[in-house]
Amino acid sequence: MSALLIDVMKQPSRVRGLTPAQWDLLVRQARHANLLGRLHELLAQAGLIDAVLPQALVHLRSAGVMSGRQHVSVRFEVGKLRDTLRGLSTPLVLLKGAAYVAAGLPAALGRVFADVDILVPRSELSDAESALLLTGWISAVTDTYDQRYYREWMHELPAMRHMERGTALDVHHTILPPTARLHPDPALLFAAAVDLPDLPGVRVLAPPDMVLHSATHLFFDGENDNLLRDLSDLDLLLRHFAALPGFWPDLVARARALDLSVPLRLALRHTRGVLDTPVPDEVFAEVDAGRAQPLLDFIYTRMLQPAHSSAADSLTPLARRLLYLRGHWQRMPPPMLARHLLHKALFPPKVPHMPLPHAQEAAGQP
Amino acid sequence: MACSPQHQNRLTLPIVKVRELSAREIRQALRGPGLRLATGPFRCSMRSDIAEVGPELARLYAEHELVDDNAFVDFYVSVTSSGGLRRWIRPQALFNVDEVAPFTPLPRTQAVAMLEWGLNWCVTAYCHHTLVLHAASVARAGRAMILPAPPGSGKSTLCAALVHRGWRLLSDELTLVDYDGSRLAGTTRPVNLKNESIDVIARFAPEAVLSRPMHDTSKGTVALMAPPPQSVRAAAEPVAPAWVVLPRWRAGAPARLTPLEPGAAFMQLAENAMNYHLLGALGFESLGRLIDRCEAWQFEYGDLDEAIATLDALERGTA
Repeated sequence: MSALLIDVMKQPSRVRGLTPAQWDLLVRQARHANLLGRLHELLAQAGLIDAVLPQALVHLRSAGVMSGRQHVSVRFEVGKLRDTLRGLSTPLVLLKGAAYVAAGLPAALGRVFADVDILVPRSELSDAESALLLTGWISAVTDTYDQRYYREWMHELPAMRHMERGTALDVHHTILPPTARLHPDPALLFAAAVDLPDLPGVRVLAPPDMVLHSATHLFFDGENDNLLRDLSDLDLLLRHFAALPGFWPDLVARARALDLSVPLRLALRHTRGVLDTPVPDEVFAEVDAGRAQPLLDFIYTRMLQPAHSSAADSLTPLARRLLYLRGHWQRMPPPMLARHLLHKALFPPKVPHMPLPHAQEAAGQP
Repeated sequence: MACSPQHQNRLTLPIVKVRELSAREIRQALRGPGLRLATGPFRCSMRSDIAEVGPELARLYAEHELVDDNAFVDFYVSVTSSGGLRRWIRPQALFNVDEVAPFTPLPRTQAVAMLEWGLNWCVTAYCHHTLVLHAASVARAGRAMILPAPPGSGKSTLCAALVHRGWRLLSDELTLVDYDGSRLAGTTRPVNLKNESIDVIARFAPEAVLSRPMHDTSKGTVALMAPPPQSVRAAAEPVAPAWVVLPRWRAGAPARLTPLEPGAAFMQLAENAMNYHLLGALGFESLGRLIDRCEAWQFEYGDLDEAIATLDALERGTA
C-alpha cells in the first residue's frame, strides 16, 4: 500500500503524465496530510510547475500562498517573543516549525503551522508566563481539569493565544512530559542550542537534538494529526544535516545521552521505509532500525499515510485507536492514564469551532 | 495515427446538463458517486442521502453542465442526515467537504442552504490563488459590476433583480479577482435570498426559479434562486472589472449614484476581501490594480425598477 502523495514526494518527476483523476487524488491526499503547500514548493524546486494540471495548480498555489503568509507571521511573532522574554536568563529557544522557518532550513519548505513552540527552563516558567500575559498572551484552556492536567503532568503550559493576533503559542519546559517513560534532560538541550546569525537573541536546538526532538514528537507525543507531515519534516532534516561532518555518529551518541534511542530507531526505520530517506546502512544497523516490531509496524504503516480514505484500509481505524492509546501509555503511568481517560469519557471535549472566523460570515453560519 | 477508442469516446462525449437527468438518476448520483457539475471556474461533486435535496438541486442547477467521471474535481461536498436517534428526533444535516466536517450540524430542513454555504466556505478556505471578495457581481457585454456591501444592504436582492433584467450573474456572495486585477469570475451558483427579499423577487421576476423557503436559519428565512439560464450558459466567458457600486437600500429613496473616491473604494473592498490580509503585499497590489480599472460609485435606491434603469444607464455610459 503506497499513497500517490508518497510516491510523488519520493520522486517528484512522477507528476509528469498524471491523469486529471490522479491529480484530483494527489491534491486531496496532500490537503489531508497538510502537505499541499510543501508539494507546491517541492514541485517548484524541481522545476515541475509546468507539468502540473492547471486545475490542480490553483490549489497548490493557494496552499503555497497560505504557507508563505504563515512564515511571515511566524518571523514576526519570533521577534515579538524574543523582546517579551528578554528578561529571562537564557535566550529564547524555538522548537519545531518556528525553528525551521527562523533557521531557514529545508524543513520549513511549504510548511503550515498550528502554533509557535518555544522552550523555556522550568525554573523560569512562571516568569515567562507572567511576561507573556503582560504582552497579550492568554491561556486558551479554560477548563479547570485541563489547566491542572497541563501544569502538573505535562511538559508544557496550557496552550496560549494572543488576544489580538490570534496566534497560538506552546511554552515547553522539556520535550516529553515528566511522567513519560523516557527522560531526556532539558539542560543538555539548552547547553547545546545554537544562535541564529540573523536573529540575535534567538536559538534553535543543535542539529542532532532537532532531529531527536522531531522524532520524539512524532513517535511519543501522542499528537496524531500530522504524522506524515512530521515524517516529511524528519526526512528533510536528515537529508540536510547529513552533509555536516560527523553528523550520523553524533546523532547516535546524542540519542544515547538524551535517553532517546528508541525514537531515533523508529525515526530511521520509518523515514527510510516510507520516504526512502538515505540513512547509512551501518547507522541503520547500529540503532537496530531493521528490527520488526509487529504491533508498531501494524500501526505506523497505516498511520504514516495521508489522512484520507483513499490511503486507508479496513484496519486503519483500529490502528488509529491503538496509536491514541499508545500515545497516552507512553506519557503516563497506568493509574494516571486510567484516571485521565475516565475523565475524558465522562466529560468529552466540546465540538471544535470552525477553522476560519472570516469564512463563517460568508458561509452564513452563526 | 489513430486515437485509442476510449480517447475518441471522451472527445465526442456530448455535454449533458442537470435538467436532462431523471429524478432517479439525480438521486442515484447523490447517494452514490456524487452529482458532478461545473460552477464557473470550479467543479463540484455533491452527495446527499436526504430525500429533499435531489429535487431542489434539480431545479436550482438545471442548466449546469455535468463533468465526466475522469475530470479533476475541486470540491467534494456532502450533506447527510446524522445517524442514531437524530434520524427521528429533530433530524439534523451534517456538511462534509472531502471527509472533513467544518461546521456543526443544522436542522435537516436547511440541508440545501447548508450545501450552498459549505461551497462558499470551500472558496474562502481553499482559494488564495486569487483575491476573494465578499461581494456580489454581475456583468454585461464582458464588463463586470462589483457590488460589495455588508449583509442587510440589499446586495443580494439587487443582484437577483439585475440578473432578471439582462445582466449576467457571476455571484451573489463571492467574487474572484485575478492578482493582476484584469479578470473577474464568479461561481454562477444559486442566489441566497433572505426574509422579505424572497417575496420581493418572486413579484419582481415571476419567472425566477426559487427553492422552498427554509425557516429559522441563522439568517432568518432563506430561499435559493436558480441562476438564470443565460448566466449559466455564459459562465465560461471572461469578464473584466469595470464598476464598483456600493448599494444601500432605503425605503422610498430615489435612485442616486454618488461618485466614490478611489481611496474610499479601496478601503471598502479591502474590508470586504476575505483573504486581503492573508495575501499581504500581494493583496494590497491586487486591490490597487482592480481599483485602477474601475469607476466607483455609492448607490442609494428604494425601488428596483428605478435602480435597474439607473445602473443600465451607467453601463451605457449616460449616467
